[in-house]
Amino acid sequence: MSRRYGTFREKYSQDIAVIRTGGQWIILLLFIFFLLACPLYCSDRVLTVMTMIGIAVISVQGLNILTGYCGQISMGHVGFMAVGAYVSAILTAKLGWSFWAAMPCAALAAGAAGLVFGLPSLKIKGFYLIMATIAAHFLIIWLILQLRNVTGGADGLAVPKPRIGSFILSSKASYFYLVMVMTGLFTYLAVNLVRSRTGRAFVAVRDNDLAAEVMGINLWSYKLQAFFIGCVYAGVAGSLSVHYYGFASVDQFPFMDSVWYIGMLIVGGMGSIPGAILGAISLKLLDELVTIVGPVLSAAVAAQAAASLALITRGLVIILFLVFEPRGLEHRWGLIKAYFQLWPFSHQESE
Amino acid sequence: MVFFFQLAVTGLALGMIYALVAIGFVIILKCSHTFNIAQGHFVMIGGYLGFSYLVTLGLPIGIVLLLAVTTAVFMGLLIERLAVRPLVGQPDLAVIMMTIALATVLEGLATLIWGAEYKTYHGLLPTLTVKLGQISIPPESLIGLLVSVFCVTLLMLLFRYTKIGLAMRATAEDLQVVQSMGIKATTVYAVSWIIACVVGVIGGILLGGVSGVSIHMAEIGLKAFAVVLLGGVNSIGGAILAGIILGVLENVASGYLDPLLPGGGLANVFPFIIMIIVLIFKPHGLFGLIRIERI
Repeated sequence: MSRRYGTFREKYSQDIAVIRTGGQWIILLLFIFFLLACPLYCSDRVLTVMTMIGIAVISVQGLNILTGYCGQISMGHVGFMAVGAYVSAILTAKLGWSFWAAMPCAALAAGAAGLVFGLPSLKIKGFYLIMATIAAHFLIIWLILQLRNVTGGADGLAVPKPRIGSFILSSKASYFYLVMVMTGLFTYLAVNLVRSRTGRAFVAVRDNDLAAEVMGINLWSYKLQAFFIGCVYAGVAGSLSVHYYGFASVDQFPFMDSVWYIGMLIVGGMGSIPGAILGAISLKLLDELVTIVGPVLSAAVAAQAAASLALITRGLVIILFLVFEPRGLEHRWGLIKAYFQLWPFSHQESE
Repeated sequence: MVFFFQLAVTGLALGMIYALVAIGFVIILKCSHTFNIAQGHFVMIGGYLGFSYLVTLGLPIGIVLLLAVTTAVFMGLLIERLAVRPLVGQPDLAVIMMTIALATVLEGLATLIWGAEYKTYHGLLPTLTVKLGQISIPPESLIGLLVSVFCVTLLMLLFRYTKIGLAMRATAEDLQVVQSMGIKATTVYAVSWIIACVVGVIGGILLGGVSGVSIHMAEIGLKAFAVVLLGGVNSIGGAILAGIILGVLENVASGYLDPLLPGGGLANVFPFIIMIIVLIFKPHGLFGLIRIERI
């Protein structure tokens, strides 16, 4: 990491600031302004895509804390999203709760499910943990299908839209605002979490858990905390997505999406908050591209070309990033920035 | 009692198929310490290759096997050179994600080339049904048993008595030491991926002849991981025994419990339940090597 020449941090408040320079403030405010003005000049389709990206960003941030920072690989993330989604759906549809009360409960329920399936992480890691979380996904989906009286089983469950007072968030634009506010809030929480004592403990556990334990970090507690926090994020994302569709069904939570979320982390850059956002945005946009190109291709080549195109692009993108840029877009962006800062002459201090 | 034995025997067939997939997985793991999620997809590709060569081209079975093995060798070489070798020295997650991505690409290619519909081919294997009293033994179990036993014997001989087998075991132990002793690690990796591909493809051809070919054939790979974990990830014998145990358990449990559960479908999650239990209580499986970690 490098800093521009002439930026000094003289006070503690400057040192801990998330946004450091005036230029960054201007860029951030402009970005927020244009983001919130989106419904004025974007079509409904673009708003839908942006809403889905927002939900994916929340989910990937959770996975980033769990996998990118704490090193506990979870391939059952979509399963935990399903827990949040169904708890939220049942509370609002069957018990008549308000969305604003149901969503925190959904988040907590997903977190609790994460704790249960995080228990094996105390004994195992790497491949074994991946297997345990994959198993978690299939068990959760199976349970949802089994509890037919409560969840509606394979038929699914109709879910009411959230409302503020008498105003129902049924339009694309209003839901877009809801998701963007949530995405901003949870990204901010993640930024602050990973630079706290807990976040540093997570990084220590990721880099070498034995050494971390010797240094006095309580592995049992921190690994479970990571699972809890990561799954709370998943629960919020699941709840938001299910209220967006207005319908809960297990088909919204396919196993391969968990893999795809890890792919987003790899493409964006593991263990980096901007990386998670970049990865979610770029892969969701790639998905959109495939849905646009797919029908054209299947008309030109063969009927099954669209389906195979989606699979092949997904796989190839992950393979190419693993081979050529394993540290992700965030690292590449840092390199580009450094190049222009140093060009034509080096004029900055190194940190 | 007849019901129980019938369930157990059908389970045995299932277990043999699990074991066959698990063996390919264990080979890659033993040689290159890589967890290959795409093993189930090798089986699927094998099934489709069998369909292409037997039905579309109409070749006799001997030539089909020869061609399929050749294809598998090239597939293994390509995968090793393009996907696996650049990742030597990368963390576990990168390698696992690579094999998952590989599985996705293989699935996409299979969809593109062969389409999504269910395909069958017959006449490859004699459709014999052996009867033991009132229990009929499905031909899958016999074939699975024969092929598994054959593969295992061959592989055990390879690992124990050949130079390349020794190099494989050494590479799994410590890559740096092996390279400093003048063993070409890339050759070892290539051979291990070729073997895994060949085992998978042969299994796929046989399986496809019995139960038809479709994209969903690859899901067997996911279930076979429960087998691998139960048997201990680096034990070939363990994989076979665990395959049989799991297949029988799954079939018997779903046979007795499915009527009691409203939605059914216990057979689909049973391997995962076993997986969680094994991972919590005995993470190294029945015959796995327990490694002591040091800083």
